[in-house]
Amino acid sequence: MRIPFAAAVGLSFTAVYFLAAIFAPLIAPYGMAEIVGDVWEPSSAEHLLGTDNIGRDLLSRMIYGGRTTIFIATVATILSFVTGSTLGFLAAVLGGWADQALSRFVDLLMSIPSLIFALVVLSVMPVTTGVLILVMGLLDSTRVFRLARAVAVDINVMDYVEAAKLRGEGRGWIIFREILPNALSPLVAELGLRFIFMVLFVSTLSFLGLGVQPPLADWGGIVKENKDGIVYGIGAALWPAVAIATLAISVNLVADWVLNRTTSLKGGRG
Amino acid sequence: MPPIVKLLAQRIALGLLLLFLVSILIFVGTIILPGDVAQSILGQSATPEALANLRRDLGLNDPPVARYFAWLGGILQGDLGTALTSGQDIATAIGSRFSNTLFLAFWAAIISVPLAILLGLVAVRYKDRWPDKLISGVTLASISIPEFLIGYVVMYVIGVKLRWFPSVAMINDSMSLGEKLSAIAMPVMVLTLVVLAHMMRMTRAAILNVMQSAYIETAELKGLSGFQVIYRHAFPNAVAPIVNVVMLNLAYLVVGVVVVEVVFVYPGMGQYLVDHVSKRDVPVVQACGLIFAGVYILLNMVADIVSILSNPRLRHPK
Repeated sequence: MRIPFAAAVGLSFTAVYFLAAIFAPLIAPYGMAEIVGDVWEPSSAEHLLGTDNIGRDLLSRMIYGGRTTIFIATVATILSFVTGSTLGFLAAVLGGWADQALSRFVDLLMSIPSLIFALVVLSVMPVTTGVLILVMGLLDSTRVFRLARAVAVDINVMDYVEAAKLRGEGRGWIIFREILPNALSPLVAELGLRFIFMVLFVSTLSFLGLGVQPPLADWGGIVKENKDGIVYGIGAALWPAVAIATLAISVNLVADWVLNRTTSLKGGRG
Repeated sequence: MPPIVKLLAQRIALGLLLLFLVSILIFVGTIILPGDVAQSILGQSATPEALANLRRDLGLNDPPVARYFAWLGGILQGDLGTALTSGQDIATAIGSRFSNTLFLAFWAAIISVPLAILLGLVAVRYKDRWPDKLISGVTLASISIPEFLIGYVVMYVIGVKLRWFPSVAMINDSMSLGEKLSAIAMPVMVLTLVVLAHMMRMTRAAILNVMQSAYIETAELKGLSGFQVIYRHAFPNAVAPIVNVVMLNLAYLVVGVVVVEVVFVYPGMGQYLVDHVSKRDVPVVQACGLIFAGVYILLNMVADIVSILSNPRLRHPK
């Protein structure tokens, strides 16, 4: 299997970010909330990216921040996929009023921008990591639901599904042994895009002060903490931009490659 | 009744129904959650008296259905309630902020829509050559960065390093139009960048789709130049999908505006909403959420109506 250059670059960058997230305590030169220097020190040999608004090592904060951001985004993506695809497959297999009810409810949820709805819900919820993951994952599962349902409706009329039904297989078999393996490739390609969306979403919420709470670091929060430096020409708040953009572009490159590969296997989209 | 009128009436009725359901959803979103709203607003250290007072002020002692209809009834009469934190009337507080937000979104739309269509046309004309690749590269990059970071990058480069525009977008009524425009130059730039990418990409896709038709080949065989083919033959047929894209992106502006206002400390609706979410001021959040959702639904409805109107098969029924 030859991996195209762009995909290889994307894959290696993605791997670096995930490894850094997993081994953050081993890599980070200083502790996450350890105050090691002056306020907004420029970059030096001891502090490669300088220090932040209260004198913490920015590189360490970025590494720990990546850990939080990637962890939340990953769990929320998994939640969104499990909920969305299970319900989507169910709607496609059940059909009738169950399909109607689920689809119309999803239409309703999607008629509000998810940021606005998340803000409304978070105004009465305690902002903890669990709540964040739950709100983001469930709101985003509407998009996965639509995709999963559309794909499953097509598969559901295939001869092999018909054959399984005639054999007397139950709904569980139809969903997990017939539809799921055939719907996997478009879902996997979508996985990358949803993950990026989650990274952007959690960063935005944290930036607005409604996501990850200090002293825990995350990329959006680092921008919020250091934004006052911008007007004095201190670019500390711009480092998360670099991190998020490179991560997003790498994952996109990988997702593109997966999509191309799986579609060329089948001679068409999906 | 001609089919087009019937379709339009159906679409408008659907929009109104959607708005009603969304108002329920927003209301339910703030009450259905486990735990006591009053407790989570005041925190663990609140005294029982304060909790009881807040519950009474919020009307938490009434059944939810009665509260919902009281709230909805108030909104229909233009009464959005009073803010918990300041005791101010929400409708008055929102009034000027709403027009500020519209002012910002209006200029962003005026600049981004023609630019996106023009660049989309250029991308199609030079498909697979460097202008196309450059445009798709920039598009990919700007989709991958959240709005607020684009905001700070622009602020850092243009506001702080180059000092072309003030880095904080304060506006008030006493400013002249020119002063206002210079104040909002950077937020408008950021919003434009945010929606430009999507619009450009979809304009390109819509025109490329039309370019595969047989009449395009005829036009090429007649000897028309590349731009003439696109301008005379492809563009008119791609108008409906493009208008759709434009409307969807204007709806997307609604979300972008929230974040960008916070970045540039712009006195608009978005900042008002975010401020009051962190203060846990439920009535303000409900009112703002409903207005944002309403604008979003309205723009989506307009998009659908335009695509119905631009379909000649419906405009000239047999």
